[in-house]
Amino acid sequence: MLVLRVAQAALHPSKASSRHGSASEARLARPCIRSQVAPETSGTSSIVPDPQAQLTLPKALTGIAGFDDLTFGGLPAGRPSLICGSAGCGKTLFATTFLVNGATRYGEPGVFMSFEERAEDLAANVASLGYDLDGLVAAGRLAIDHVRVERSEIEESGDYDLEGLFIRLGFAVDSVGAKRVVLDTLETLFAGFNDPALLRAELRRLFGWIKDRGLTAIITGERGEGQLTRQGLEEYVSDCVVLLDNRVEDQITTRRLRVVKYRGSAHGTNEYPFLIDHAGISVLPVTSADLDYAVPGGVLPTGIAGLDAMLGPGGFHRGSSILISGEAGTGKSMLSASIVDAACRRGERCLIFAFEESGDQIIRNARSLGLDLTRHRDRGLLRFETARPSLHGLETHLARMHRDLDQFRPDIVVIDPISALRGSASTLQATLLRMIDLIKSRGITAVFTTLRGDGSVGQDDDIGVSSLMDAWIKLENLEANGERTRTLYVIKARGMSHSNQIREYLLSSGGIRLIDAYIGPAGVLTGTARHVQEAQERAAAEERRRETERTLRDVVRRRFAIERQIEELRAGLEAAEDEEERLRSEERLREARSETERQELTARRSAAE
Amino acid sequence: MNDVTSDDPAPQTDPDRDPGRYHLRLYVAGQTTKSLAAMTNLKRFCEEHLAGRYDIEVVDLLTNPQLAAGDQILAIPTLVRRLPSPLKRIIGDLSNTDKVLVGLDIRPKADQP
Repeated sequence: MLVLRVAQAALHPSKASSRHGSASEARLARPCIRSQVAPETSGTSSIVPDPQAQLTLPKALTGIAGFDDLTFGGLPAGRPSLICGSAGCGKTLFATTFLVNGATRYGEPGVFMSFEERAEDLAANVASLGYDLDGLVAAGRLAIDHVRVERSEIEESGDYDLEGLFIRLGFAVDSVGAKRVVLDTLETLFAGFNDPALLRAELRRLFGWIKDRGLTAIITGERGEGQLTRQGLEEYVSDCVVLLDNRVEDQITTRRLRVVKYRGSAHGTNEYPFLIDHAGISVLPVTSADLDYAVPGGVLPTGIAGLDAMLGPGGFHRGSSILISGEAGTGKSMLSASIVDAACRRGERCLIFAFEESGDQIIRNARSLGLDLTRHRDRGLLRFETARPSLHGLETHLARMHRDLDQFRPDIVVIDPISALRGSASTLQATLLRMIDLIKSRGITAVFTTLRGDGSVGQDDDIGVSSLMDAWIKLENLEANGERTRTLYVIKARGMSHSNQIREYLLSSGGIRLIDAYIGPAGVLTGTARHVQEAQERAAAEERRRETERTLRDVVRRRFAIERQIEELRAGLEAAEDEEERLRSEERLREARSETERQELTARRSAAE
Repeated sequence: MNDVTSDDPAPQTDPDRDPGRYHLRLYVAGQTTKSLAAMTNLKRFCEEHLAGRYDIEVVDLLTNPQLAAGDQILAIPTLVRRLPSPLKRIIGDLSNTDKVLVGLDIRPKADQP
């Protein structure tokens, strides 16, 4: 599962460590390995992560995404390689891609010697991939020779050899100055000639001739019973053997590729899924065991004010994986749509993998929240990749995802929902792990939704994905009083403080709005119950206010009464004082008068004597 | 290598312009022993069985490699019966006389009165 990087690290630790050097490199270098090889075009030199054999084996880039990574530079240059597989597994396409890329991207013209299909058919078959074989032929960068071997037309009489094949090949090679050759499918020769011993000798001579001419060649061969090819071509082409496979499990086909052998070079030894679709062929070394990806800095606001407020930094960490779990109808898709909308409005790129809805449907649904996703899609910031889970196997889903991530290079990925993926528990777990690694290693923020409230993947297993996630928002429908209310809480958010409160949230045309839930003696009240409770509280408050006013009025009245009494008392006091003063002055007057009278009497008595 | 041919009416054969006439082309690659043997053998047959109604054209692919693809030549030497149709190929140095005669459909015609 995890051989590619591990093998590389083991074989060449210094290289491996340097590869994980900088964050930006890890983020941008989608072909991590190719970044070492890319500067050289094929043939000159390339890097083999094996110290003993390194730097000696020149390689020719195939230009097939992923394949050059897992072979550390492509096919051995100047030698024949064998691509084998059963019918319909993509041998011819692999070979054609090798030639077309050689001619268009690496400046190496090629010769396609077809033993099965006519040149017109070949050109028509790959035209849908955007390969213009006729144009390349006209430009002198590609030569196609259709070798028709018709048994019924050939009579053998005496000795012969296949010099004619050599001459034709040599002529075609010389006519375009070819560096690359494809022989598709050589084994047809065995049907055309009676003498297998002579054929084998001639093929051996042919492969020797190819090496002598320094041609990088692909020889295709049909898968045989008990051996890689029907005629045992692998005995002759011993430098590099690639096996293509097309396996059906549970009625779902997965294409796989394996490098069986690569003499003188390290290579990924796993079976790697590969894709053939409108974008051509791409091989995906989607396994990795490292946890050493760089973490991008910064915070990703969700665009929902209430939710941001629940998270310490005001959003999620960038590059983290976020799980939104909730049952049907809890609004998972709409929550992720809100996050996407906010990101796109900031000019970030978003990629949505939807397994249950079409892109248009998501856009329409989001419009009910007042989110205009069409605008973002038209600006190229938003892309939908929709497919039923049953369309491909898990491997192929991963492979597609891998390719789309590298093509679109999003900042945010939404996978909606992961619970739609089907498979055995262990496979699902492994798939999710790789999916998360795939996304995280690119520094992309991932939003997963799942229908399973407990965060488990399958229907009847207890494998949780929650431990793989950095943050987990749980949406829940609370049922009470004959209604359901949407509630939201943050179960975990690694590396940040977050609210432990349950919030009620509303989906409305104004978007998603979070409301503080009422927590009372009877538990959390939401919805109508919350409204009732709030009304009751309002009434009680009104009552209290009136009561207070009444009391206040009483107090004021009492105060007035007391003040009035004080007034009266004060008036009485003044009256008493006046009385006292009056009495005192009368007393003084009387005393003065009696003094005067006494003096007069005294005077009078003295006069009478 | 073109011999003048006689008119040999063979009304039951295909509707070619000149139905009885054999147009043969021998592909070789240089003067190898196999090539020389094939040339010698071919001339002998023609003189024995097709005297006067055959053309032989020898193509040396070493000098004209571009001609190999046209007649779908893989093996060397290859004798191609261009006419009468259908096209037939005989590969090898033509040392097996019977096979050559069968391959060129010569025997039935040779047996004709």
